[in-house]
Amino acid sequence: MVEFGTHAALPKYLRVEQEKIAAVARDYGLDFFPVILEMLSYDQMNEIAAYGGFPNRYPHWRFGMAYERLAKSTEYGLSKIYELVINNNPSYAYLLEGNSLTDQKLVMCHVYGHVDFFKNNFAFRATDLDTVGQVVGPRATSGEGYQPNRKWIDKMANHGALVRRIIDRHGIEKTEELIDVCLSLENLIDPWLPFVVRRRSEPREEEPGEVEVPRLRAKDYMDDFINPADFQQEQKRKLEQARDDKKGKFPEQPERDVLLFLMENAPLERWESEILAAMREEAYYFVPQMQTKIMNEGWASYFHSKLMTERVCDWSEIIDYADNNAGVMATSKGQLNPYKLGVELFRNIEERWNKGQFGREWDECDDLDEKKNWDLRLGLGSQKLFEVRAMYNDVTFIDEFLTPEFCIEHKLFSFGYSNRNERFEIESREFRKVKEKLLSQLTNAGNPVIHVENANYENRGELLLRHEHRGVDLRMDYAKETLAALVRLWKRPVCLLTQVETKSVILRYDGKEHTAKNEGG
Amino acid sequence: MSLKIDQDHSRFRNIVRGKIRQNLRRYISQGEMIGRKGKDLVSIPVPQIDVPRFVFGDKQNGGAGQGDGEVGEPLDGEEQEGEGSGKAGEGAGEHMLEVDVTLDELAEILGEELQLPAIENKGKSRIVAAKDRYSGIRRVGPESLRHFKRTYKEALRRAIATGTYAPDNPIIIPQREDRRYRSWKEDFQPVANAVIIYMMDVSGSMGDEQKEIVRIESFWIDTWLRRYYKGLESRYIIHDAVAREVDRDTFFKTRESGGTMISSAYRLCEQIIQQNYPFEEWNIYPFHFSDGDNWSMDDTLACIELLKKSLLSRVNMFAYGQVESPYGSGQFIKDLKEHFASDERVITSEIRDRDAIVGSIKEFLGKGK
Repeated sequence: MVEFGTHAALPKYLRVEQEKIAAVARDYGLDFFPVILEMLSYDQMNEIAAYGGFPNRYPHWRFGMAYERLAKSTEYGLSKIYELVINNNPSYAYLLEGNSLTDQKLVMCHVYGHVDFFKNNFAFRATDLDTVGQVVGPRATSGEGYQPNRKWIDKMANHGALVRRIIDRHGIEKTEELIDVCLSLENLIDPWLPFVVRRRSEPREEEPGEVEVPRLRAKDYMDDFINPADFQQEQKRKLEQARDDKKGKFPEQPERDVLLFLMENAPLERWESEILAAMREEAYYFVPQMQTKIMNEGWASYFHSKLMTERVCDWSEIIDYADNNAGVMATSKGQLNPYKLGVELFRNIEERWNKGQFGREWDECDDLDEKKNWDLRLGLGSQKLFEVRAMYNDVTFIDEFLTPEFCIEHKLFSFGYSNRNERFEIESREFRKVKEKLLSQLTNAGNPVIHVENANYENRGELLLRHEHRGVDLRMDYAKETLAALVRLWKRPVCLLTQVETKSVILRYDGKEHTAKNEGG
Repeated sequence: MSLKIDQDHSRFRNIVRGKIRQNLRRYISQGEMIGRKGKDLVSIPVPQIDVPRFVFGDKQNGGAGQGDGEVGEPLDGEEQEGEGSGKAGEGAGEHMLEVDVTLDELAEILGEELQLPAIENKGKSRIVAAKDRYSGIRRVGPESLRHFKRTYKEALRRAIATGTYAPDNPIIIPQREDRRYRSWKEDFQPVANAVIIYMMDVSGSMGDEQKEIVRIESFWIDTWLRRYYKGLESRYIIHDAVAREVDRDTFFKTRESGGTMISSAYRLCEQIIQQNYPFEEWNIYPFHFSDGDNWSMDDTLACIELLKKSLLSRVNMFAYGQVESPYGSGQFIKDLKEHFASDERVITSEIRDRDAIVGSIKEFLGKGK
């Protein structure tokens, strides 16, 4: 395996710890890719973190921006990054130089949790590559024998080389401008694409035959009155019209993966479509991490605390560990902390399945006292945990395992903006509402659902996108900017059908000016 | 090892350079940076450029949280970056990271952004202040200044030398000659003092917006000069047809109607300097803000006379900021320019709106006077 060369190899005392921890993790049933640990200084850590964990990423100002933020917050002592782990096979994780041994142990335990999750959670199957580095559809293999190709570090480095080459040829201004455009559209992808089996070639409809107009049933002599000829003609014309409208429609099905659609259909130069393709691949790479933020952190935290407190920690280290752990788990200022929420939910699941608090009898029981003392001693907790970590993502995890009792115990609430008081306020502590808010926050990673509706809108070659409005309007100024980015690639006017304050509106940008018109109805 | 990120970082900085000025400008013009209540602390954001995307509008969105609080209570504070571990591939943070900086650092940022030169002290460091510093040791002194550690050391040394020290019973009894006392030296330090004399036209034509501009500008001037002069004093003069000295609060709040005679303010300014700030010892900075309307040409000439005869020879610089208002004629700045075109000590600046504040600060402070 290629090491990065510039980074210090792990000192021996940590290598010894790593081996110990890996063995313990295996004892606890974790199943992970090989883990390569490297030790970094603050600067290096901030740099790699700014690049999202990939040391050889393409050059772009936003990494510089991230770096400045990280560097400043380190300098001012606001926060520091303890650990960074990359979904790659083998997985790379970085330790921060100068952390105490206790901290390093904690981080290592945490890392093994993450890597187990990377390997076993279904969502991450979408990052498997084939031998030439193309993303392959997820396959249904697992267990010890499952060793997929996930050389994303190499892949990202290839993207870096590609972008550098293009910069040399086309200049940094042009290239960067295009990357900015791609980033504007980065969230217009289909998170479930890797799991969709597409019938790309749908059976072509046969040549259109005669259109049948349905007739009302009538006795012969009444037929001319009940189904008058001119009405029948009119209907026939309408139906034919509708069929022709549909025929000219492209794409036939609405397309969620706007980036792919543009790659295939926008008039792009070669270098443009190369960059777009690279950006799209990277966007897909990060999807699983966004889909499983709560679970992933919860899982890693669950195991770091288990490993540390049961096997790894020295007695003398337990206070330091607890102090640090408390910092990671803290919920400040009413914010949900994915680490905390995740780990508590996992613990809750373990307890419920150990005590048999699930299934129909449990659900139908109304006696609070009985529920409180419910213990069937099933001992299924651990088994259930491993099952959950493999087969759920944040949305299904919350949907299935968040209970009213949990909500109360952990003081969850929903909040919203109060127009009257011009501030965000706690809205409710009702289970249903909290869950609803939480789920809508997580759905599509908090992004609006938008797809390509028509690539020949108004028969003028304009691109029509449709925003599936689910109760929340788009941010207008950003929407306009994004339309401009779309026009840059599509090179024709682009329209977006959305809703503004319950009215359907078509936003249009033709490269010069923005217009908005109300859509009838 | 040079970092790969340096290239991206400098690229970002370069984008921001054009932008940070705007950012700073926007900032100043909204007055966000003035942490008046927070003593010495203000918070500045780390510059951030957002890539626009299709995203949900903020206000309808809401979300779920965790913690105490009744329904209907506000969320405390804004979202913050959590402490602790980070994970690869987190989406770029959408939230501005607020960093607390002290006024000193703020001045430094201001200086860096506007490339302000360091201020030359006029070399009037003749005043010296004496200060006692306890830096020495002597054998006699009051018991209250006894240096316990040194005394103990002496006693220990004596005990060992005379052989009375027993390691298993290490009792040391200091005698009179062991005792050591702290002693002080007088330290003489040159002191550079400075005073800013703010003058403002409060006649009817100066509106709230104009005053806000003056207030923001004066905050930055204060901040910058305070960096160089520890004992910075500020005096405030308001004037319409007559001038009077007021406190800071009144300075920004008063609104008079009636005419404008700028010479009244300059005269008062001269008086204040004469009475309180001998110019050999003080760095003096008069700043005058008005909308450029003066009662008569005669009065303007009187002002110029005053400046030439007495004021200019005593001050580091004389700054005049003209705030544009819908009522003012804006004549005064032209007159000043005409008479003092070649005089470096008079600095004039037109402040059209809030966005022009940054430029005008640069004009005022850019000479390093």
